[in-house]
Amino acid sequence: MKIGILVFPGTWSHQDFEHVCRDVVGIDCGLIWHKDTSVAGYDCLILPGGFAHGDYLRCGGIARFSPVMEAVVAFARSGGPVLGSCNGFQILCEAGLLPGALLRNTSLQYRCRWVHIRTESVSTPFTRAMRPGQVLKVPISHGEGRYYVPPQELAALEAQQQIIFRYATPDGQVTPEANPNGALDNIAGVCNAGRNVVGLMPHPERASEALLGSTDGRLFFTSVLESLAAATR
Amino acid sequence: MVEARIHVTLKKSVLDPQGDTVKSGLASLGFSGVEDCRIGKFMVLKLQESDPQKARAQVDEMCRKLLANPVIEEYVFEISEVAG
Repeated sequence: MKIGILVFPGTWSHQDFEHVCRDVVGIDCGLIWHKDTSVAGYDCLILPGGFAHGDYLRCGGIARFSPVMEAVVAFARSGGPVLGSCNGFQILCEAGLLPGALLRNTSLQYRCRWVHIRTESVSTPFTRAMRPGQVLKVPISHGEGRYYVPPQELAALEAQQQIIFRYATPDGQVTPEANPNGALDNIAGVCNAGRNVVGLMPHPERASEALLGSTDGRLFFTSVLESLAAATR
Repeated sequence: MVEARIHVTLKKSVLDPQGDTVKSGLASLGFSGVEDCRIGKFMVLKLQESDPQKARAQVDEMCRKLLANPVIEEYVFEISEVAG
Protein backbone atom coordinates (compact mmCIF):
# COMPACT_ATOMS: atom_id res chain seq x y z
CA MET A 1 0.00 0.00 0.00
CA LYS A 2 1.65 3.19 -1.18
CA ILE A 3 0.56 6.82 -1.32
CA GLY A 4 1.81 9.08 -4.11
CA ILE A 5 2.26 12.76 -3.25
CA LEU A 6 2.30 15.08 -6.24
CA VAL A 7 4.85 17.87 -6.46
CA PHE A 8 4.43 20.80 -8.86
CA PRO A 9 6.85 23.71 -9.06
CA GLY A 10 5.62 25.84 -6.16
CA THR A 11 4.01 23.05 -4.12
CA TRP A 12 4.91 23.56 -0.45
CA SER A 13 3.05 20.96 1.64
CA HIS A 14 4.45 17.77 0.13
CA GLN A 15 7.09 17.28 2.83
CA ASP A 16 4.49 17.67 5.56
CA PHE A 17 2.32 15.03 3.89
CA GLU A 18 5.35 12.78 3.45
CA HIS A 19 6.27 13.22 7.12
CA VAL A 20 2.77 12.41 8.37
CA CYS A 21 2.40 9.39 6.06
CA ARG A 22 5.81 7.93 6.88
CA ASP A 23 6.59 9.03 10.44
CA VAL A 24 3.21 9.58 12.09
CA VAL A 25 0.79 7.11 10.51
CA GLY A 26 3.32 4.65 9.06
CA ILE A 27 2.18 4.44 5.43
CA ASP A 28 4.66 3.95 2.60
CA CYS A 29 4.72 6.95 0.28
CA GLY A 30 6.64 8.57 -2.54
CA LEU A 31 6.86 11.94 -4.23
CA ILE A 32 5.73 12.25 -7.86
CA TRP A 33 7.19 15.12 -9.90
CA HIS A 34 4.70 16.94 -12.12
CA LYS A 35 6.67 15.99 -15.27
CA ASP A 36 6.26 12.27 -14.60
CA THR A 37 3.68 10.67 -16.84
CA SER A 38 2.80 7.63 -14.76
CA VAL A 39 1.35 7.03 -11.31
CA ALA A 40 1.74 3.26 -11.55
CA GLY A 41 2.44 1.51 -8.25
CA TYR A 42 0.44 3.96 -6.14
CA ASP A 43 -2.84 3.12 -4.41
CA CYS A 44 -3.81 6.65 -3.46
CA LEU A 45 -2.79 10.10 -4.71
CA ILE A 46 -2.49 13.33 -2.75
CA LEU A 47 -2.30 16.81 -4.28
CA PRO A 48 -0.83 19.01 -1.53
CA GLY A 49 -1.09 22.75 -0.96
CA GLY A 50 1.20 25.46 -2.26
CA PHE A 51 1.29 27.71 -5.27
CA ALA A 52 1.67 25.37 -8.24
CA HIS A 53 3.19 27.24 -11.19
CA GLY A 54 3.00 30.41 -9.12
CA ASP A 55 -0.81 30.32 -9.26
CA TYR A 56 -0.44 32.40 -12.42
CA LEU A 57 -3.62 33.08 -14.39
CA ARG A 58 -5.78 31.24 -11.83
CA CYS A 59 -4.93 28.99 -8.86
CA GLY A 60 -4.42 25.52 -10.32
CA GLY A 61 -5.15 26.77 -13.84
CA ILE A 62 -1.72 25.89 -15.26
CA ALA A 63 -1.03 22.88 -13.00
CA ARG A 64 -3.99 21.20 -14.57
CA PHE A 65 -1.94 20.90 -17.79
CA SER A 66 1.19 19.47 -16.13
CA PRO A 67 2.22 16.19 -17.82
CA VAL A 68 1.35 14.06 -14.76
CA MET A 69 -2.27 15.23 -14.73
CA GLU A 70 -3.31 12.92 -17.55
CA ALA A 71 -2.33 9.95 -15.37
CA VAL A 72 -4.00 11.53 -12.34
CA VAL A 73 -7.25 11.97 -14.27
CA ALA A 74 -7.11 8.35 -15.50
CA PHE A 75 -6.39 7.13 -11.92
CA ALA A 76 -9.36 9.13 -10.59
CA ARG A 77 -11.67 8.00 -13.39
CA SER A 78 -10.84 4.38 -12.62
CA GLY A 79 -11.97 4.90 -9.02
CA GLY A 80 -8.59 5.43 -7.30
CA PRO A 81 -8.73 7.57 -4.15
CA VAL A 82 -7.46 11.12 -4.72
CA LEU A 83 -7.22 13.84 -2.06
CA GLY A 84 -6.56 17.51 -2.79
CA SER A 85 -5.82 19.93 0.01
CA CYS A 86 -5.73 23.71 -0.44
CA ASN A 87 -3.96 24.34 -3.77
CA GLY A 88 -4.51 20.65 -4.54
CA PHE A 89 -8.26 21.23 -4.18
CA GLN A 90 -8.01 24.16 -6.58
CA ILE A 91 -6.12 22.01 -9.10
CA LEU A 92 -8.72 19.21 -8.91
CA CYS A 93 -11.50 21.75 -9.57
CA GLU A 94 -9.61 23.25 -12.52
CA ALA A 95 -9.00 19.76 -13.88
CA GLY A 96 -12.72 19.05 -13.79
CA LEU A 97 -12.29 16.18 -11.32
CA LEU A 98 -14.30 18.11 -8.72
CA PRO A 99 -17.24 20.45 -9.25
CA GLY A 100 -17.03 24.21 -8.69
CA ALA A 101 -14.19 26.71 -8.34
CA LEU A 102 -12.29 28.58 -5.62
CA LEU A 103 -12.42 32.37 -5.63
CA ARG A 104 -10.63 35.18 -3.82
CA ASN A 105 -11.63 35.31 -0.12
CA THR A 106 -14.45 37.80 0.45
CA SER A 107 -12.21 39.61 2.96
CA LEU A 108 -9.59 40.02 0.18
CA GLN A 109 -7.09 38.90 2.84
CA TYR A 110 -4.94 35.81 3.07
CA ARG A 111 -6.26 33.74 5.98
CA CYS A 112 -3.83 31.64 7.97
CA ARG A 113 -5.43 30.29 11.12
CA TRP A 114 -7.19 27.40 12.82
CA VAL A 115 -10.76 26.65 11.78
CA HIS A 116 -13.33 24.01 12.65
CA ILE A 117 -15.02 21.94 9.99
CA ARG A 118 -18.03 19.68 10.39
CA THR A 119 -17.97 16.30 8.67
CA GLU A 120 -21.06 16.18 6.46
CA SER A 121 -20.46 12.78 4.90
CA VAL A 122 -18.34 9.83 6.02
CA SER A 123 -18.91 7.87 2.84
CA THR A 124 -15.62 8.70 1.08
CA PRO A 125 -12.26 6.92 1.35
CA PHE A 126 -10.86 9.91 3.27
CA THR A 127 -13.64 10.35 5.83
CA ARG A 128 -14.77 6.82 6.68
CA ALA A 129 -12.93 6.82 10.03
CA MET A 130 -14.78 9.98 11.12
CA ARG A 131 -18.16 10.16 12.82
CA PRO A 132 -21.01 11.83 10.92
CA GLY A 133 -21.14 15.42 12.16
CA GLN A 134 -17.71 15.16 13.79
CA VAL A 135 -16.06 18.57 14.17
CA LEU A 136 -12.38 18.66 13.21
CA LYS A 137 -9.87 21.32 14.22
CA VAL A 138 -7.61 21.99 11.23
CA PRO A 139 -5.69 25.00 9.90
CA ILE A 140 -6.33 26.94 6.72
CA SER A 141 -3.78 29.00 4.83
CA HIS A 142 -5.12 30.56 1.65
CA GLY A 143 -6.14 33.69 -0.21
CA GLU A 144 -8.46 31.98 -2.68
CA GLY A 145 -10.69 29.61 -0.76
CA ARG A 146 -14.19 30.90 -1.42
CA TYR A 147 -15.94 27.87 -2.82
CA TYR A 148 -18.48 28.55 -5.54
CA VAL A 149 -20.79 26.48 -7.71
CA PRO A 150 -23.71 27.75 -9.77
CA PRO A 151 -27.02 27.48 -7.80
CA GLN A 152 -28.45 24.56 -9.80
CA GLU A 153 -25.23 22.57 -9.26
CA LEU A 154 -25.30 23.33 -5.53
CA ALA A 155 -28.71 21.70 -5.27
CA ALA A 156 -27.36 18.62 -7.04
CA LEU A 157 -24.33 18.47 -4.71
CA GLU A 158 -26.64 18.66 -1.70
CA ALA A 159 -28.95 15.99 -3.07
CA GLN A 160 -26.06 13.60 -3.76
CA GLN A 161 -24.34 14.37 -0.45
CA GLN A 162 -21.20 15.57 -2.22
CA ILE A 163 -20.60 18.32 0.34
CA ILE A 164 -18.12 16.68 2.68
CA PHE A 165 -17.11 19.49 5.06
CA ARG A 166 -18.60 22.79 6.21
CA TYR A 167 -16.90 25.50 8.25
CA ALA A 168 -18.53 25.50 11.69
CA THR A 169 -18.12 26.64 15.26
CA PRO A 170 -16.23 24.32 17.66
CA ASP A 171 -19.59 22.84 18.72
CA GLY A 172 -20.64 22.18 15.12
CA GLN A 173 -22.91 25.14 14.33
CA VAL A 174 -22.67 26.30 10.70
CA THR A 175 -22.69 30.09 11.07
CA PRO A 176 -21.53 33.00 8.89
CA GLU A 177 -18.96 33.88 11.60
CA ALA A 178 -17.39 30.44 11.29
CA ASN A 179 -16.86 30.94 7.55
CA PRO A 180 -13.31 32.22 7.01
CA ASN A 181 -13.49 33.00 3.29
CA GLY A 182 -17.08 33.61 2.22
CA ALA A 183 -17.52 30.10 0.79
CA LEU A 184 -20.97 29.34 -0.54
CA ASP A 185 -23.02 27.57 2.18
CA ASN A 186 -19.86 27.40 4.36
CA ILE A 187 -18.50 24.67 2.07
CA ALA A 188 -14.94 23.65 3.02
CA GLY A 189 -14.73 20.42 1.04
CA VAL A 190 -16.56 18.39 -1.62
CA CYS A 191 -16.27 15.08 -3.44
CA ASN A 192 -16.98 13.97 -7.01
CA ALA A 193 -20.02 11.96 -8.05
CA GLY A 194 -18.00 8.74 -7.73
CA ARG A 195 -16.99 9.78 -4.15
CA ASN A 196 -13.34 8.72 -4.67
CA VAL A 197 -12.01 12.25 -5.25
CA VAL A 198 -12.14 14.61 -2.26
CA GLY A 199 -10.93 18.20 -2.02
CA LEU A 200 -10.84 20.59 0.91
CA MET A 201 -9.22 23.94 1.66
CA PRO A 202 -7.86 23.07 5.15
CA HIS A 203 -4.57 21.23 5.77
CA PRO A 204 -5.02 17.83 7.50
CA GLU A 205 -1.25 17.24 7.32
CA ARG A 206 -0.63 20.23 9.59
CA ALA A 207 -3.05 18.89 12.22
CA SER A 208 -1.78 15.36 12.74
CA GLU A 209 0.41 15.73 15.83
CA ALA A 210 -0.51 16.94 19.33
CA LEU A 211 2.59 19.13 19.35
CA LEU A 212 1.08 21.13 16.47
CA GLY A 213 -2.25 21.68 18.21
CA SER A 214 -4.52 18.99 16.78
CA THR A 215 -4.47 15.34 15.76
CA ASP A 216 -7.80 15.46 13.89
CA GLY A 217 -6.02 15.49 10.52
CA ARG A 218 -4.77 11.96 11.13
CA LEU A 219 -8.30 10.71 10.48
CA PHE A 220 -7.82 11.39 6.77
CA PHE A 221 -4.84 9.05 6.71
CA THR A 222 -6.40 6.33 8.85
CA SER A 223 -9.54 6.55 6.71
CA VAL A 224 -7.69 5.90 3.49
CA LEU A 225 -5.68 3.09 5.12
CA GLU A 226 -8.93 1.44 6.20
CA SER A 227 -10.49 1.88 2.82
CA LEU A 228 -7.49 0.50 0.92
CA ALA A 229 -7.34 -2.45 3.32
CA ALA A 230 -11.03 -3.09 2.77
CA ALA A 231 -10.55 -2.91 -1.00
CA THR A 232 -7.80 -5.54 -1.01
CA ARG A 233 -9.66 -7.94 1.25
CA MET B 1 -0.15 38.98 -37.76
CA VAL B 2 -3.22 39.63 -35.71
CA GLU B 3 -3.54 40.85 -32.19
CA ALA B 4 -6.19 39.56 -29.80
CA ARG B 5 -7.23 41.72 -26.85
CA ILE B 6 -9.01 39.56 -24.31
CA HIS B 7 -11.02 40.63 -21.26
CA VAL B 8 -11.88 38.05 -18.62
CA THR B 9 -14.25 39.02 -15.80
CA LEU B 10 -16.21 37.20 -13.12
CA LYS B 11 -19.76 36.30 -14.14
CA LYS B 12 -22.48 38.66 -13.00
CA SER B 13 -23.78 35.97 -10.61
CA VAL B 14 -20.39 35.71 -8.86
CA LEU B 15 -19.54 38.12 -6.04
CA ASP B 16 -16.53 40.32 -6.88
CA PRO B 17 -15.21 41.71 -3.57
CA GLN B 18 -12.34 43.51 -5.35
CA GLY B 19 -14.79 45.33 -7.60
CA ASP B 20 -16.99 46.23 -4.63
CA THR B 21 -13.99 47.58 -2.72
CA VAL B 22 -12.89 49.74 -5.66
CA LYS B 23 -16.46 50.97 -6.06
CA SER B 24 -16.60 52.09 -2.44
CA GLY B 25 -13.16 53.71 -2.90
CA LEU B 26 -14.55 55.68 -5.82
CA ALA B 27 -17.60 56.63 -3.73
CA SER B 28 -15.41 57.98 -0.94
CA LEU B 29 -13.56 60.06 -3.56
CA GLY B 30 -16.88 61.66 -4.43
CA PHE B 31 -17.76 59.60 -7.53
CA SER B 32 -21.14 58.66 -6.17
CA GLY B 33 -22.71 57.68 -9.50
CA VAL B 34 -20.78 54.42 -9.98
CA GLU B 35 -23.45 51.77 -10.30
CA ASP B 36 -21.17 48.75 -10.46
CA CYS B 37 -17.46 47.91 -10.69
CA ARG B 38 -16.01 44.61 -11.85
CA ILE B 39 -12.31 43.76 -11.81
CA GLY B 40 -10.94 41.40 -14.41
CA LYS B 41 -7.92 40.41 -16.43
CA PHE B 42 -6.74 41.89 -19.69
CA MET B 43 -4.54 39.84 -22.00
CA VAL B 44 -2.97 40.78 -25.32
CA LEU B 45 -1.87 37.98 -27.65
CA LYS B 46 -0.01 38.30 -30.92
CA LEU B 47 -0.78 35.47 -33.30
CA GLN B 48 1.07 34.33 -36.40
CA GLU B 49 -2.29 33.61 -38.00
CA SER B 50 -3.13 36.14 -40.70
CA ASP B 51 -6.75 35.14 -41.29
CA PRO B 52 -8.86 37.01 -38.69
CA GLN B 53 -11.62 34.41 -38.96
CA LYS B 54 -9.26 31.56 -38.05
CA ALA B 55 -7.64 33.68 -35.35
CA ARG B 56 -11.06 34.30 -33.83
CA ALA B 57 -11.78 30.56 -33.65
CA GLN B 58 -8.35 29.90 -32.12
CA VAL B 59 -8.70 32.58 -29.45
CA ASP B 60 -12.19 31.40 -28.57
CA GLU B 61 -10.83 27.90 -27.99
CA MET B 62 -7.95 29.29 -25.89
CA CYS B 63 -10.44 31.17 -23.73
CA ARG B 64 -12.65 28.13 -23.23
CA LYS B 65 -9.76 25.79 -22.45
CA LEU B 66 -7.43 27.92 -20.37
CA LEU B 67 -7.73 31.71 -20.28
CA ALA B 68 -11.12 31.74 -18.58
CA ASN B 69 -12.79 29.28 -16.20
CA PRO B 70 -16.35 28.84 -17.46
CA VAL B 71 -17.61 27.98 -13.95
CA ILE B 72 -16.92 31.50 -12.66
CA GLU B 73 -15.76 33.70 -15.53
CA GLU B 74 -16.88 35.14 -18.85
CA TYR B 75 -14.76 36.60 -21.62
CA VAL B 76 -14.89 38.94 -24.59
CA PHE B 77 -12.17 39.66 -27.11
CA GLU B 78 -11.46 41.68 -30.19
CA ILE B 79 -9.15 40.82 -33.04
CA SER B 80 -7.23 43.36 -35.06
CA GLU B 81 -4.56 43.18 -37.75
CA VAL B 82 -1.16 44.48 -36.71
CA ALA B 83 2.22 44.87 -38.39
CA GLY B 84 4.58 41.95 -37.66
